[in-house]
Formats: sequence, C-alpha cells, structure tokens
Amino acid sequence: MRVLVAMSGGVDSSVAAARLVEAGHEVVGATLKLWGGASDTGCCSVADVDDARRVADHLGIDHHTFAYADEFETGVVGPYVAAHAAGATPNPCMACNREVKFGALLGRAERLGFDAVATGHHARVVTGADGVRRVGRGADGAKDQSYVLAGLDHDRLGRVRFPVGSSTKAAVRAEAAALGLGTAAKPDSQDVCFITRTDGRTRFLGRRLALTPGVVVDASGAAVGSVPAVEAVTIGQRRGLGLPGGTEPRYVVAADPGTATVVVGTEADLRTAGQPVTAVGWAAAGSTLDADLVWQVSAHGTPRVGRLIGDEVRWASPERRVAPGQALVAYEGDVVVAWATAAPWPNRSGPDDLVTSSAAPHHPDLRRSVGRRIASESTPDGSAGPV
Amino acid sequence: MPLDPVVATYLDHAASTPMRPEAVEAMVPFLAVHHGNPSGSHAAARHARRAIDDARDAVAALVGCRPGEVVFTSGGTEADVTALTGAAALRPGPVAVSSIEHAAVLDTARGLAAQGGAVVELPVDARGQVDLDALPADAAVVSVGLANNEVGTIHRLEAVAARCPDAVLHTDAVQAAAWLDLPALAAPAHLVALSAHKLGGPKGVGALVVRDGTAVAALLTGGGQERGRRSGTQNVAGIVAFGVAARLAVEERAAKADRVTGLRDRLAVGLRAAIADVVETVVGPGGDRAHVLPGHLHLCLPGTAADEVLFLLDQEGIAATAASSCASGATSPSHVLAALGVSDEVARGSLRLTLGWSTTDADVDRALDVIPLVVAKAVA
Repeated sequence: MRVLVAMSGGVDSSVAAARLVEAGHEVVGATLKLWGGASDTGCCSVADVDDARRVADHLGIDHHTFAYADEFETGVVGPYVAAHAAGATPNPCMACNREVKFGALLGRAERLGFDAVATGHHARVVTGADGVRRVGRGADGAKDQSYVLAGLDHDRLGRVRFPVGSSTKAAVRAEAAALGLGTAAKPDSQDVCFITRTDGRTRFLGRRLALTPGVVVDASGAAVGSVPAVEAVTIGQRRGLGLPGGTEPRYVVAADPGTATVVVGTEADLRTAGQPVTAVGWAAAGSTLDADLVWQVSAHGTPRVGRLIGDEVRWASPERRVAPGQALVAYEGDVVVAWATAAPWPNRSGPDDLVTSSAAPHHPDLRRSVGRRIASESTPDGSAGPV
Repeated sequence: MPLDPVVATYLDHAASTPMRPEAVEAMVPFLAVHHGNPSGSHAAARHARRAIDDARDAVAALVGCRPGEVVFTSGGTEADVTALTGAAALRPGPVAVSSIEHAAVLDTARGLAAQGGAVVELPVDARGQVDLDALPADAAVVSVGLANNEVGTIHRLEAVAARCPDAVLHTDAVQAAAWLDLPALAAPAHLVALSAHKLGGPKGVGALVVRDGTAVAALLTGGGQERGRRSGTQNVAGIVAFGVAARLAVEERAAKADRVTGLRDRLAVGLRAAIADVVETVVGPGGDRAHVLPGHLHLCLPGTAADEVLFLLDQEGIAATAASSCASGATSPSHVLAALGVSDEVARGSLRLTLGWSTTDADVDRALDVIPLVVAKAVA
C-alpha cells in the first residue's frame, strides 16, 4: 500500500511512519505548513519541519512540506475568530482535522496516487458488525484523541490509518528511543497551535476583532464585575471576571458580545436539563439511536448520559452547560457513534430569561434561528458542522 | 546522462546550476594542496593571493569594471545586504526598491524601514519594469534587479538612473550574469551583486562590484580584507572556481544564450500547445520573450496546486520549483506574481522551469512528455 504519513515533527507521527515502513508499505512523509506566524506550542515551526525531515531521513523515506496556510486560514482560523465574535467557543483542532488533515490533505493524497493518509493520532478505526467504520478510542486513555476526530465518516475512515492508536504513549516513546529517532523525548504539543502562550487568546482575537468590553451581571441583573473582551469569555469560566471574593463560586452562564453582557450564576445555575445542539451527525449514515448514550463534551471530560431528541441533548440528570461551538461526542463503548455542536440558548442576553435546570422549556423557533446564525458564521463555506 | 543521478531531468538552474567541470578542477588544488592565507606575506600566502586576483580579473571582465572594484563575498545575499545597508548608512534620504526584488533586497529594505528609514517599494508593470513615476526624486539609494529570479524579466536600468542621477543605484545581477551582456546592461549601476553558483561556480561565494567613487559601509568588519570593504579570510578555492566560471560565462555567453533560448522556446511552445488554459507568465499570447532571460519559463497552471505538481514531477525525476521557497521547504505565496498583477488563484498553480548550460534536447523532450501528464493528474 502507498501511504502518505502526516509528520508533525512529534514522536507519535514519527513512530507512525516507522511502523508503516516496518510493515512494508511504500511510505512518504509530509509536514503541513499551516501557520506562518509565531507558535510556541509545538506546531508548524521550521524546527518541527526539520525534526520531521530528520526522522524521514532516518527511516529512509522521502519527505515533503506542503503549504496549507490558505486552507488553515479559511477552514480553521477564520471560523474560529468568527465564532468567538458571535460569543461561541469553537474547537479549532476538530476543524483542522475535518478541513485540513482529513479534508484537503486526504484529497491531495488521492490525486498524488496514495491509498491512505496516516497520522500519529491516538485513535482507532473500528469496523462494526454492520460493516460501518467508526472512530474508536486510542489504547492510551489519557492520550485518546477520538473526540477531536469525531465527524470522520465511513468513507474517509476507509482511507485513514492511525498506526499508534493501539499503543500507550509510553510504548510509543520507548519504540522511538529504540529506533534512535530524534523525536523520542520531544514534549507533547498542546493547546491551540496558532495561539502562543505568551500572547494568549484575548490578544490574538484583539488583532482580528474589535473586542467588546463587557459588564458582568448576576442573576438579578446587578453589575458585579467587568471583562475586557466578551468575545474571549467562555461559559463555565470562573476567573478573569473582576468579581470580588468571599462569595460562593460563580460561573459564567451566558455571554453575549451583542449586548456586551456576561451573566454569572451559581454552579446550580450552570446546570441545565438539556443542551441545544446543531450540526448533528451519525457515524452510520441515516441511523439514529433513540437511546441513552454516553457523551463527552471536551477532549478528556467526564462522560455524561443523555439522549438526542430533535436538536437537543436531554441529560439524564442536570449537567453543566456546554459553551456554544464546543463539540458533543457520543460513544457506545469505546466507539464514536454521533456528534453535534453545542448551540447557544435562545435567551443569552439577559438574566430575566436565564434558563436554569428548573426553568421552562426553550423557545424552539428562536433557538433555531440563533443556531443557524452561529452555524453560518462559523463555517462561511456553507459546510456547516462536522462532516 | 544527468550530472546528478538523483535527478533525471534538472530544470531548476535558476536555483543553482551545476558547476562547470573546469571550475571544479581549478578549485580542488586550493582545497587539497594550497592552503595559504592570502593575507600573509610568505610564498604560500602569495600563491593564494595571486589566485584570488586572477579570479578578480575574470569577474571584472564579466561585469566590465576594474578589478579593484570587485569585492568578494559569501554569495549574492551578502552582496545585496552590503549594498543596501552599506549605501543607506552613508546617505540620508529615501531608499527605493522594485517590488519584485529578491528577498535579500526586499527584506533588507523592510528592515531599514523598521528602523525608521524612508523606504518606497516601486510598483512594476506586467513585464516587470518599475514605475518611474513612483521613484522619489530625492531617493538616496535605488535597487532594481537586472533580471528577476522567479519570472526572468530583464529590467532596463538607464531610465532608472536618468530619473534620479544623484542616487546610488544597486542592481542584483545574480540571475542575469550567466546570460546578459553586463558591461552594457549593468553599466548604469554603481553597485552590482553576483553569485558564483548561478553561473557554474560553487555555492558560498559571490561578489559585490563597488564602482570607484561610490562609498559603501562594510557589513563585516575585522581584518580589513578586500580593501576594508569585506573583512574575513577569503574563500580562496571558491573564488578560484568563481573566476573560472566567470571566464567561461564571458567566452560562451552568446552561443549559450542562443542555444538555450531555442530549447526554452521549444519547451514553452510545446507546453502551451499540450496544456489547456496554461498561462505563460509575463509573456503574451504572441510568445514574445525578448524581455525574458533565455533559461526562464514561468507558467501558471490554473486548477492546480504548485505543491502537487512539484510532488508528481519529483516522482518522475524532474526537478523544478514553484519559484519561491521558504526556509521550511513549503511553497509560499509569491510577492513577485502578486506585484505583476497575477491573481492569487492563478498563482497557486505556478511552475518555474529554468534551463542552463547543461540542459539538452533530451531534457526538453522528456519535459514535454511528462509535464502535461502530471498537470492532468494534478487537476483531476
């Protein structure tokens, strides 16, 4: 088989390439140059390209560098900024997997005569009894990346390989060291690759948006603090709100750049019986599971139980709100069966309408219209939500 | 039979052309045997000194200047940076550079601007000629390349010099030196940058011609070599080979330019006939290429991504480029194509094929066979 392995310059993709070579495949390495700006999070720097190239040299395979800055800007960074502008908190890693690694690169690999694209993701491709391929959890629970790969459908999964998904991170590092790969001890990358730790999210957004200073109000509508940028506030956030101490913990339960308002409430206020969602997808096309599923609402978050009813996930018991733009991923066992994007509540702007776990049902028409607005802003090419 | 067995068909001579065997032969004794430092006074030093000065004579003949005006450098980039920063340091007033200059000039100019200097980037027309009306009358330093590295356009310097007679005029002649009559065409320039490996010499050596009467601050200070204009022990072996390559360039220029122009034209006409929608950059439908270097053929292939075409060509053993590479090896958007008015969408599929002294009829035949097939795959 002819395999194009996406090599980030990290240890996982290095070992992925090594395993494919060892298995006798015809392997070519490619590093994606996604971002021209500064990065201190281990992504796309010239040093990373050099690391990947030296691993490829060591393995005796060709290595190429592919420029995907335009695709990354259009498919990942632009929508990320647009979503924050609308008060959402998107997951750019999922967008990158969908639009770039398993979008543009997969298409390119086909044109260049490759049978598959491999990456160093800790995940597996699981084929069910129904013959449908689904994303499965990686063997190393702490490193599992199935969440950020949710949305890869049967067809794409047929052209994707995750050679290290069956191994623990420790085993991958040991193998890299045994092979003498220069990346064996390289630290893991983390955080959003195009936002540096020294710069931070707010300053990054500030270069692309006119940020909105906001007032922080409590459930009664009283002003209790302020934030420099409502666009950078996330539901569930506790810090950076200018709140006086000495009260019980208060969390952001709503944030709306349109009205320059951030609403805080108690942990109980943060909880909700149901989560509005948009862009729902099922691993087995056409199927819907009218049953309780186990949902994950962040990469390694504690699973929750809920049932997808229409465009809402109804929790078995009240759960914390999910910030609009974040992904909800449903598992059966270790296998991804469905995904959706958290949508905003219809009444984000004022404390009077604050929906709590005990509050009245949502207003469906308003919810849908707001959901559409966010979806179209976050994916300007019209391909709303995960594929 | 290709010179380098890792590539069957080498069409990237503008990036680096193979060394002339005569140049290799000439430099080897200065690596293997003659090790004197040319700044010394003993016999070994004098031997090295003599070899450098012979090379200086040859480079002077290439440019049409006096040998004392040739300052050897580590390459074209050092020559450009010395010219720009060294001239600007001694003269108040705006610096004006063509917007399609090589990055060695353009980034250096932007560096001067970042330090507070007045810098003007001159727009160019569709054939790469600078807009003279944009030239500040009080410009202190002007830089216009003699020929562009990406698209190969040749630029007229007389009009630029006439427009601001008081300015120091620098020209990057790195691409032009292998092909053009520098004594005539570079005559208006006070400063001329050259690189050995673009004309059959080794990498890591070049020269800046500093005409008498033009003061330039040294970039490298120290032992005072090159009459204080460029300190650091000279790269003797490299300079010797540079001299041989320069001599051959002068001797063979007219015949080589004629021969390679014929090969390039055949390649251009053949590819234009075989590939639908192909655009020959800076050349009109009539195929007038008098303003383009003999070895240059720049194409835009709509509907393709340069990375994919280059990958497929590489698989076929054809070496080419999209015209500009960043340090990571990825293709990056071309400032040259943008300045020439080529849309981003068209520029995405750019392909630079450059021929040189070792290019054969068989190379052109093979390129004509393979490139249309590769483009068809990349568009699919």
